[in-house]
This record gives sequence, structure tokens and C-alpha cells, in this order.
Amino acid sequence: MANKLPTGCETCPVHHTGNLTKLGVKMDNFNYVVALAGNPNTGKSTVFNYLTGLRQHTGNWPGKTVTRAEGGFSYQGHKYKIVDLPGTYSLLSTSTDEEIARNFILFGQPDVTVIVADATRLERNLNLILQILEITNRAVVCLNLIDEANRKKMKIDERQLSKDLGIPVIPTAARSGMGMQELLKAIGEVARGEYICRPHRIENESRKIKQAVNRLVEQIEKAFPGLPNSRWVALRLLEGDQRIIEAVRSGELGTLMPAEQRESIAS
Amino acid sequence: MENEKQIKNHSTESILETANSLRWEIGENFHDELLKSIYDDASQISSRSVSIGGEKMRFNWEKSLDRLLTSRWTGFPIMLILLMVVFWITITGANYPSGFLAWILIDNVHPFLKGFATGIGVPWWLDGLLIDGMYLAMAWVISVMLPPMAIFFPLFTLLEDLGYLPRVAFNLDHMFKKVGAHGKQALTMSMGYGCNAAGIIATRIIDSPRERLISIITNNFSLCNGRWPTQILIATIFIGSLVPAGIAGLLSASAVVAIALLGIALTFITSWFLSRTVLKGEVSAFSLELPPYRPPRILQTLYTSLIDRTIFVLWRALVFAIPAGAAIWLLANIRISGISLAEYIINGLDPIGILMGLNGVILLAYIIAIPANEIVIPTILMLTVLKAGLNGIGEGAGVMFEFENLAAYKELFAAGGWTLLTAVNLMLFSLVHNPCSTTIYTIYKETKSVKWTVFSSLLPVIMGIIICFFVAQFWRILGLP
Repeated sequence: MANKLPTGCETCPVHHTGNLTKLGVKMDNFNYVVALAGNPNTGKSTVFNYLTGLRQHTGNWPGKTVTRAEGGFSYQGHKYKIVDLPGTYSLLSTSTDEEIARNFILFGQPDVTVIVADATRLERNLNLILQILEITNRAVVCLNLIDEANRKKMKIDERQLSKDLGIPVIPTAARSGMGMQELLKAIGEVARGEYICRPHRIENESRKIKQAVNRLVEQIEKAFPGLPNSRWVALRLLEGDQRIIEAVRSGELGTLMPAEQRESIAS
Repeated sequence: MENEKQIKNHSTESILETANSLRWEIGENFHDELLKSIYDDASQISSRSVSIGGEKMRFNWEKSLDRLLTSRWTGFPIMLILLMVVFWITITGANYPSGFLAWILIDNVHPFLKGFATGIGVPWWLDGLLIDGMYLAMAWVISVMLPPMAIFFPLFTLLEDLGYLPRVAFNLDHMFKKVGAHGKQALTMSMGYGCNAAGIIATRIIDSPRERLISIITNNFSLCNGRWPTQILIATIFIGSLVPAGIAGLLSASAVVAIALLGIALTFITSWFLSRTVLKGEVSAFSLELPPYRPPRILQTLYTSLIDRTIFVLWRALVFAIPAGAAIWLLANIRISGISLAEYIINGLDPIGILMGLNGVILLAYIIAIPANEIVIPTILMLTVLKAGLNGIGEGAGVMFEFENLAAYKELFAAGGWTLLTAVNLMLFSLVHNPCSTTIYTIYKETKSVKWTVFSSLLPVIMGIIICFFVAQFWRILGLP
């Protein structure tokens, strides 16, 4: 079977339309955890509803989702648990919704973080995307509301964007279901490690900060080898983030290793 | 192992020490510098992949619509007009289906059930409890509440879907700031118009505990699902009937809008009072994004507003109305020396009620309706019949019933000693009284504080008593009808 070459039809994501099974709230025995993050009012809950078949209330206003909603779906034989996080503009402050989102991405260790972005407001959305990419290196950008962007005659070169960010970028219009098959495919590839993300890391910081970060990173990596986001931890420590200081002190940070390492230890 | 742990502890502590000393070196504006570097990267990346073609004119309609909806001069009038239109459609549109449902459930199914029960020899008390108490309570809730909800919720959801609610929040934002509350309170207040419990959960978007408490305590001043039908019905019967039929709908709608506006005013006054007394503190800044206008998906809106809201609220009302129907029937039919329990309670409450421009019936109805505001009106009707001893109009003691036309309601209320003052004060008290049990429980879950739960439950009911008392006194001094 491995030798059989896939036909053109089979490689087309649309071919797998029948492979999505919406599991609603049935989330037992899942293989992968997917987190849904993004700015408020970009359509995270719409994506969530599409994938799980659930009906989280969606509405055209920021701050609709204040709690974490969870659901499940199965795609190409794998079961996914998906967590809809509250929408936030950044992960740098300490309000409840931002903490819920950040702590889940950091400590919940999702296998894939889907960052839902508003295609018509890409620059602002990139602020959050870049912050998430500092924390995790397994992410997919769901460039949502692409239909609205088209209506506004905006053209987004998603390949360029994907190259710059180092992760898959999928244009979608979740309200009408456009691009959702491609999104599922990308989620699967990142979850299974078939697509290796090379996430963009913030470059434009001042020399002083860069040096301080490098010194800390060195120490952190010595204490916690294999930590995927030592740079981000260093930035948080420099800012005096109590939750992260605690995680360093208690050694909780040591449990945050890349998924492959966790799996090899488990088996 | 022990040794290894110590080494680990040593190295983690040294990380924290290094971080501490570096923090001094890099200076105070580290946070801003970091933000700036993120912004720089973001703008670099987006400039490489985004291009805008076509004529810029395409943007303008959104901008000019925003200017119209959020301007100082036109923002509020448009808000009022939209609210008026929504209520006018609800009030005029709900009449016929309400009458139709009542005709089926009460005029036809009820006698049929009674006849059937008598036919198979069910004892009178069981038949009364089940059919006259529970079934009629249910039928009443369905015929009175379903039509206005089925019209109001889709309209409201449509406004929400279009992106109008954040514009309302934008209009109200600077007023909230002035009274020392968080601008996002405008959003949680809007959520409260659907359901106060939902509005209180929504206050999680407010970071500062002080401002969050203010918005929790004042959320009750947003008229919720359970209270809209009371407002709409009383306004239709008493206020609408003051003028010729042609403009009755318009006047009733304005009365309901006036009550909703009073709720907003009370929200501001109470927030102002709290932020200057028990909840002093600074106002925190926030940014509110005005979302783009999106063409609403009509079918989806109909579906979610019918399933998520209408059926949900109706179900909740039924769950509470059925036992309440049984309780009312029992209160009305358990007699001690010839007088029913209900009459004892009503007579006891009457002096306080009259002082407030209400009556004992309304107060008892509010006590019975603590679990759900939805059943206030049916309870009032049934108790009024009981007290007035109008056996010619109602069916029997403890029976909830429905009338085919509004004139019959008015006749009944008049016989029960109601005046225009009673109606106005009932609308006021329905706006300003304790939250329902679900909301009280939600407040406790969100604040984890018995003190604040009790405070948020008692403050509005005390305010309601004071407001009704003063309105009644002025009304009587001025000699109004």
C-alpha cells in the first residue's frame, strides 16, 4: 500500500471531505490536542463549530467567548480534541482571558495551535501571531474572513506570509466553510510532524535586550534541556512574570518538552 | 537523586537571580521596547504580503456608517429609533399569534382535558392540580411568551450579527468612564438584555475586580428575557389603551423603551454611587475594536435565535411555571376557616403593596416568581381573580387563564383595584427588583463571595421599593388617575 502512488484526486484536500467526523463533545481517546487562539472577533468560535458540529454561540462582537470551550472531531482516522480559547489582542498582560489563553498554549502543550486571524486586519493580528510563535513552534495560521478581504480588494500572498512566519497559512472563510478542508489537512500535517514548522522569532529588539535574552537563554537551556521556548521564557522572566517565575522555581517548566520527546519517554 | 535535585534548585535559583539583575540593566521601558519590536516585525511581515488594489472608495460606506452610528449627535437618536422599531414590531406582531395559541391551548385543549378527566373519573383535587394548575400554567407561558420571543430574539440577534452592539458600547463608553466604571460594562450590559446570568458571566472580560463587581451588581438593570414580556404586556394593556388604536402600538413601544432607558440611567447612577463609596478606585483604560459590518446570515440567525434563545428561555419558563402552577393552585385551594392561604398572604402584603403603589397580589406574585421572572404575569392574573372573587371572569380558584382580547384583561385588572399607577409601578418594579435565582447563583459562582451576592440581590429590591414608594406618593399628591 505504501508503494501505491496517490492519484491526483486523492492528493486534493477536497477529496477528503467525507473524512471529517464531527464528534461534538465526545473527546475520549483523542490522539492530538488542538488549541484555537486569535484576536477577538476573528471567527474562532465559527471555526470551532464547523469542526466539532457544536453550536457555541457566535456573535459579531469582541469578547463573546470568555471561557474555554472544548469539543472533538476525527479526521483521516485520528481523533482530535479542540479547545476554543478566549480571543485576546496580546499575551503580555495579566487579564483573566489572556492568562487562560497563554497558560493553555504553554502548559496545556497543544499539539497544534491554530491561530485564527482576520485577513482584513492582518498587521494587527500579526502582533498576536508573533507572540504565540514565541511560545510554541507547532502552529497553523487560519487566515479567516478572506471573503471579506477579497470584497475589500485586498490581496494577501499567503505563500509569502507562510514563508515569513515559518508555519502553514490557510486562507479560509469559516462562515461558508471555504478552506476548511485545507485547514484540516494542515492541522493533521503539523500534528503528525509531517510539516516541520520553523517559526519566526522576533528580530527587531534592541541590542541590549538581545544580549540579556541570550545570557538568560543559555542558563535556561542548561537547566531545562530541550525546552522549545526558552527565548520566550527569558523574555517573561525579564518582565518579572510571576507565573513563569513560579514555573521555573517549581521545575514545572521541565515538563514542557517537545511532543516527540514526551512520546519517546512514555514508550 | 537528592543531590541532583539540589543542583537543579541551585541552577533555577541562579536563573532567577540573573533575570533579576538583568532586569535592572535593561531598564524600565523594556515592556514598551518589546512591544515595539513586535509591532515592527508585524508591520514588516504584513507589508510584504498584503496589497490593496482597486479604488479606495469601497471602504467609505463603512466609515460613514460608523460616523453616523457613533456620532455625538446622531448616535443616541438612532439607537432609540432602532429600539423603538424592534419593540413596535414585537408588540404589534405578537398579538395575533398569541391569541391564536391561547385559542388552541386554553379555549379548546383545556375544556377537552377537563371533560376527559371527568369522563374517566379523576378526583377533583387531582384534576385541579394537574389540569387547572400545571397544564394551564404551561399553556399560559407558551401563548404569552412564545410569540414575542420568536419575534424579538431574531431581531435582536440580527442587530448583534450586523455588528451594532459594539457601536452601542462605543456610544456609552465615555459615560461609563465618567461614572467610574469600565467601558466594557456597556458590552456586559448589552448581554444582560438577553439574560442577566449570561451578562454576569460576560463580565469576565473586565480585568479589574473593582470594575467587574460594579458591572455584576448593575447588570440586573438590563431588562432580561423574562421581564420583556411583562413590560410589553402591561404597556400594551394600560399605556396603549390611553390613546386611539392607531397609535397605541407606538405609545406602548415608547413606554417599554422608556423603561429600558431608565434601566440604563439606573446603571449609571448605581455605578457612580458604588465607585464613590464601597468600590472606590481608578478607571482602567481599554481598547474597543469596532468590528466590521457583516451581512447577517438570515437563516443561521433564525436558527440560533429560535433554538438557543427562544426555546431555551421557553423551556426554562415552563420548568418553573409548572411547579409554580401547582403551588398557586394549592395556595388558592387550601383553606383555613373558609379563607384560602393565598388570601391570607395577600391581605398581609396589601398594606405594604398599596404604600408602594402596587398591591398584595403583585408582591406575592414576585415572591412566587423568584425562581423565574417569566411567570410573574400569569401568577398576578390568577391571584387577582382569586382576590376579586370574580368567578364570572376567571374559571375557578387557582386557575390560570387567557383572554381573547386586551379589553378583558383591563376589565379584570380594574375589578382587582388596579389603576394606571399600579401598571406604571409594576413596570418599574419589574425593572428594579431582585435578580432571579439563576442569576443570584451565577453571581455567587463568579464572585465567590456571599457578601457581594447578598449585596447585589438586596440592593435592587431596596431601590425598587424606594422608587415605587416615591412614585406612588407623588402620583397621589398630584391627583393623577
